[in-house]
Amino acid sequence: MNIDLSINPSLVRGLLTRFIHTEITRTGLSRAVLGLSGGIDSALVAYLAADALGRENLLCVRMPYKTSSQDSLDHAMLVIQDLGVPYLDIPITEMADGLISKFPDMSAMRKGNIMARCRMITLYDQSEAFKGLVIGTGNKTEILLGYSTLYGDSAHALNPIGDLYKAQVRQLSREVGVPLPILDKAPSADLWAGQTDEQELGFTYEEADKLLYLLVDQRYSPEECVQAGFSRAFVETVIRRVRRNHFKRVMPPVAKITTRTVGYDFLYLRDWGT
Amino acid sequence: MKLTLALAQINTKLGDVESNLEKHLALAREAAQGGAGLIVFPELSLTGYVLQDIAATVAHRPTADDPLFRHLLQVSKNLDMVVGFVEEDSRYRYYISAAYLSAGQVVHLHRKVYLPTYGIFDEKRYFAAGNCFRAFDTRFGRVGMLICEDFWHVSSPYTLWLDGADLFLMTSASPGRGITDEILGSAQWVQDINRAYSGLFTSFFVHANRVGFEDGLNFFGGSTVFDPDGRMIAQSPYNEEDLTLREIDLAQLRRTRTRLPLLRDERPEMVVSEMNRILGR
Repeated sequence: MNIDLSINPSLVRGLLTRFIHTEITRTGLSRAVLGLSGGIDSALVAYLAADALGRENLLCVRMPYKTSSQDSLDHAMLVIQDLGVPYLDIPITEMADGLISKFPDMSAMRKGNIMARCRMITLYDQSEAFKGLVIGTGNKTEILLGYSTLYGDSAHALNPIGDLYKAQVRQLSREVGVPLPILDKAPSADLWAGQTDEQELGFTYEEADKLLYLLVDQRYSPEECVQAGFSRAFVETVIRRVRRNHFKRVMPPVAKITTRTVGYDFLYLRDWGT
Repeated sequence: MKLTLALAQINTKLGDVESNLEKHLALAREAAQGGAGLIVFPELSLTGYVLQDIAATVAHRPTADDPLFRHLLQVSKNLDMVVGFVEEDSRYRYYISAAYLSAGQVVHLHRKVYLPTYGIFDEKRYFAAGNCFRAFDTRFGRVGMLICEDFWHVSSPYTLWLDGADLFLMTSASPGRGITDEILGSAQWVQDINRAYSGLFTSFFVHANRVGFEDGLNFFGGSTVFDPDGRMIAQSPYNEEDLTLREIDLAQLRRTRTRLPLLRDERPEMVVSEMNRILGR
């Protein structure tokens, strides 16, 4: 199966850099805040944002939990040092454990969500302190699969890489100079030692990217995806994930009871008036 | 006759007509100083593009006493202008319109006929559609205007061509998409059809596109002028605001059409009879 996800990285780099610059400065601000996990997605956004805003205008924040790996912290520091951006270390252990310790049997899923939301609180607090907008780092594969925590890592003011599949994130990351150790390692949410996204999802990003590209970008029917060589079970699993997680991609519904209602017939872009 | 064209490839403030008007006036001054006879602004240049519920609140009527057109008509005494705006008619229907202004008068008004309502577009929800393509006379010859989706229907420039247009003014607010090739996929598409039209209709094709972002949509610019031989003779940069001046020689129409008499050999009567057959009339 030959599915081509290649991009023109210099074209995309220019587009996304302009997007970040325009969408931040039109609000009257000039700065941004970014959670740096040590992974490829946030590293890529750091390079794009530093380029768009000037390195002094990007605050990178490392927010380890006690189980976070040292590699993650080290890789985030590679980015910080390479870019020369201001940074803060704000461990979330105390904050997260305040809640986690009340429930000794708490599942890994609950703990992971709490960590993601503690990081969101930390970033939005720095947003006010640093006078910068929080930039999101979710890629198209994650967004479609719903591999994120609602109001956790999914919370941000703008997302430059949300229309790039994971494979395309890799291409662009090479273009902007993301350090090799970050390019080469397995994607992980780093919620517990040795965790990888692909283990947790049950399939590889490479497979998911290709299938989603056919389903979403090329509007293939599920049956046509099977004919193209994907197993029926995999196609069904992915479609189910996309549908079940759609709530993470939309604003919550407002009960419409009057003649004009936010979200239905009160419609304006966020950039209204700017 | 020679004409210096000015392509006003601008960014706009969404829904801020006063601020956009100021930009129009400043660029018109600059174009006039550069010797331009005609300045062409993009689609909805006075309002911005994704207007949604803003549309009705930024609508104007192109009359001498309108607070917006009063200024533009004044400028048009020295420099012909094409501007894009939301037009309100006397019965409160709203159109995506382009006005050709000259010598203090509205010479022609084109209401966008094809309102894309698919994919990223939702124009029919907010706007009424125009219902004609008419060429019109200017001091630079006979002109035809089309707005964005209008020129994705080949019958639109064809109709204007048979109505006598030699100079085509296309305006758009085209959101970029397609990231695999040298330039944006949508930019390549627009360029390809402008090239094809200018060659097939042996006419000048001017395309003014805007730049900037509205939420996640990016408008890519790259405005162009193609001559009747299908050659690109001017191109504004991608993604940046720019005022591009280019002199065109209208005598090129004679030279090209003498060599390649496609207009002479066109058979509109046959088109009409075949259309009647196809439409069952």
